Amino acid sequence: MVMVFCQYHCDILLADKELNYRAGIHSLTFFSQRLVGLLALQVSFLGAQEFLTLPQISGRSGGSLEYAQRTEPKTLNPAFIGDNPSREIIHRMNADLLHINRETQLTEPALAKSWSVSPDGRRYTLELRKGVRFSDGQPFNADDVIFSFQVYLDEKLNSPQRDLLVINDKPIQVTKLDDYRVAVELASPYAAAERIFDSVSMLPKHLLERTWKAGKLADAWSLRTPPSEIAGLGPFRLKSYTPGQRLELERNPYYWKRDKSGTKLPYLDSLSFHFAGTEDMQVMQFQAGESDILNRPGARNYNVLEKDRERRGYVLRDLGPGLEYSILFFNLNDIPAGTLPEVSAHQAFLRRTSFRQAVSQAIDRAAMVRLVYLGHASAMGTAVPPGNKNWVDTKIPAPVSSPSKARALLSADRFSWTPQGALKDPSGQPVEFSILVSSSNPERVQMAGLIQDDLKQIGMQVNVVKLDTHSLLDRVQHTHDYDAGLLTLQEADADPTPDMGVWLSSGSNHLWHPEQKTPATPWEAEIDRLMQQQMVTPKYPARKALFDRVQELLAANLPVIPLVCPNILVGAKANLGNFKPAVLDHYTLWNIDELYWRGARQ
Amino acid sequence: MTPRLQKSTPRNRKRNAALLFLVLLHLAVVLAGVLAPYDYAEQHRDDAFAPPTRIHFRGIHPILYGLVQDLSSGDYIADKSRVYPLKFLKNGRLFSVDRPGMIFLLGSDSFGRDVFSRLLYGARISLFTGLLAALVSLGIGLILGVAAGYFGGWTDQVLMRGGEFMMALPWLYLLLAVRALLPLHVPAAQTFALLVVIIGGVGWVRPARLIRSMVLTARQADFVRAARGFGASHWYVIRRHILPFTKGVVFTQLTVLIPQYILAEVSLSFLGLGVGEPLPSWGNMLAEGMQYHAIVAHPWMLVPGLATIPVLLGYLALADALMGRK
Repeated sequence: MVMVFCQYHCDILLADKELNYRAGIHSLTFFSQRLVGLLALQVSFLGAQEFLTLPQISGRSGGSLEYAQRTEPKTLNPAFIGDNPSREIIHRMNADLLHINRETQLTEPALAKSWSVSPDGRRYTLELRKGVRFSDGQPFNADDVIFSFQVYLDEKLNSPQRDLLVINDKPIQVTKLDDYRVAVELASPYAAAERIFDSVSMLPKHLLERTWKAGKLADAWSLRTPPSEIAGLGPFRLKSYTPGQRLELERNPYYWKRDKSGTKLPYLDSLSFHFAGTEDMQVMQFQAGESDILNRPGARNYNVLEKDRERRGYVLRDLGPGLEYSILFFNLNDIPAGTLPEVSAHQAFLRRTSFRQAVSQAIDRAAMVRLVYLGHASAMGTAVPPGNKNWVDTKIPAPVSSPSKARALLSADRFSWTPQGALKDPSGQPVEFSILVSSSNPERVQMAGLIQDDLKQIGMQVNVVKLDTHSLLDRVQHTHDYDAGLLTLQEADADPTPDMGVWLSSGSNHLWHPEQKTPATPWEAEIDRLMQQQMVTPKYPARKALFDRVQELLAANLPVIPLVCPNILVGAKANLGNFKPAVLDHYTLWNIDELYWRGARQ
Repeated sequence: MTPRLQKSTPRNRKRNAALLFLVLLHLAVVLAGVLAPYDYAEQHRDDAFAPPTRIHFRGIHPILYGLVQDLSSGDYIADKSRVYPLKFLKNGRLFSVDRPGMIFLLGSDSFGRDVFSRLLYGARISLFTGLLAALVSLGIGLILGVAAGYFGGWTDQVLMRGGEFMMALPWLYLLLAVRALLPLHVPAAQTFALLVVIIGGVGWVRPARLIRSMVLTARQADFVRAARGFGASHWYVIRRHILPFTKGVVFTQLTVLIPQYILAEVSLSFLGLGVGEPLPSWGNMLAEGMQYHAIVAHPWMLVPGLATIPVLLGYLALADALMGRK
């Protein structure tokens, strides 16, 4: 009875004022409050909840944080994250079993307080943290873990998360050992197995199981769902949503982390997302003090902000190269005869390695770094961004622009020039093609303009075609009605394995020729073999050697021409404590539970 | 009052001044290859977003200084140790400087291209699209307006109801849909022709309605009835009596439609529906200038928008003078 009473009042004292109101205990007297507090303190030492203590973190509770998003989120359902705004919010409301620390880039315990691996590398046993509750107060245990993975692996549901949990075409198997232990079985050893759990949110079985069984999970947890029907294990929970204006999160009173002095995290009382619409609006609002963090402004806006930094009281940080990079790629798909005759005709030269090498040699990457990113970028020679320090092959340098070398490459492969300087392929066809670029990204549009001028120097006629992103991706991924495209790729993780879908010839993101039934070229077959091998190789040096060879093959054959890797640029109010931006997504909010205000929010 | 006194009335002076301004403007645009110091696509990658060049004088000789960019701030500073005299009528250009000097009268853009040169070349697209589209629109409007007003009955009903339907259509969204159906790359000449046809083809309804009302009045005139009474054919009556009656409206509408269609071309190009890079038009130049960093740090990128003001005022002053004369 005492324990029940104390547990009841523990909720009151460990939670915030709103819980007091909900329990109707707000009328407790001063003395009874103190008595209950003493009992609650004793109960907490009896192991009610296992906290994750962050010994290096300190701060003070209170305050709110304003964050401007470019567009509104589309869903609050972790099983159906398809856009960045939704991801930004969902990951503040949910938690994973194991987490990649964005600062160290290493895996660390989260909801699972420890894990062990079998000698053959195929079985992981995770021990869950006891006493953890969802944000609605309901307990979390192995049943929720099993349920979560059932949802993510459900083929009928087709969650985007499923791809991350299928290794060598076989889904992982998750079984319950007891209330606080689960086992994860892999069909084959997987070098980056620990990292697959990162950002895979644990779902509340008590709220979603019925919906899932009814086949309606895809509609669950939309933006219209009342806050009381959504619960997560993250630092915040949903408070309110006003369409077209803002979405507010409040502190999760059951959050399972605390700082070195025992203060429960998060420090902030609330986190508000409002919808700015464009990057320019985000920048203006940050400059005006209406938002507290600025995530990834463009280089030119960053420079404008630099001039006003001290007067406005914010800090700006250039973190160096990240994991995002721009590429120029060509349509190497097998086009059925009779369809897309213009594309087929252009493939006569697009498929020539010498052509792609000449294009790469002619492109002035230094100008892109200087003109597009004002020096806040790095030229690339390999298709791994320099921000990925552990995996980039530094033996492959970025090509220095040389039209003469480009011409030599073309001449050696029987390309020729008209008296007016226009380039012709060996069959006499003029070398003229289009580059698709997203109209909503001014940096890529500018890069396309620079490439157009660079290739004009070697006689190629390039047309820059600006399309909306949706139309562009439709042509690249479905209709294949394009010659070349300029896109930005972002590595999901520093480890190369999550990007298998890009490098494997059967991958859906194998941009230049996706979903091949068998590799179309010997070098693609070799890349397939090397990527599969590195995936099951346990030791880093051997994996690195294999992935270096992949990069060499890509650099030699150039189905994608890596261009530049922009630096990660961020900003925040100067008095925001524990602001430690990182080069892994989410660059500024990854440690939202540690952020606090030194003094009042300005 | 003598004819000499009629010529010097304020309205005539206004008309003549507007005409002179517009003629000189269009002449300058036609002569862009001579007046512009650089080609519209010529990039100077070391001088991106350079500010407008200051011209100094040594005695009576104009000179300018080389520019050095402060890499930390991005600002340009004049280097007085590098002096470049301004030269005239050299290499087929009205004025120029020897390399590595640069003269950017209105600054440069993100590729280091001279904004003044692109403004002149871009005016060819924007101004002549407006002019030709207005002629297309008036041509269609004249034919259909005269037909509706002269023949009346079902012809009038069909044409006017059809025109109202066209006025009600959301043309911008239709244009976006049309763009999706076109080939990925449309050559510049075809794009120019498409712009003229689309803008002119959409805008015939208003002039048609005005001309129709004039024709309805003219049709009732005694001289028209007399001509018909003497057995004149419809074509003779239209050509000999009706069309001259509409002359004033046609010319006035021309001066009103041209600035509207110039703005239409600028708007469409601003939205990416016009000519493609590197060919300039005032619309696609303005699109680059509408980014926050450009407005704050490189305000000369907004010049194409400002350039439309005197052009539109010139046409509107001419229209005003013509309407007053009537």
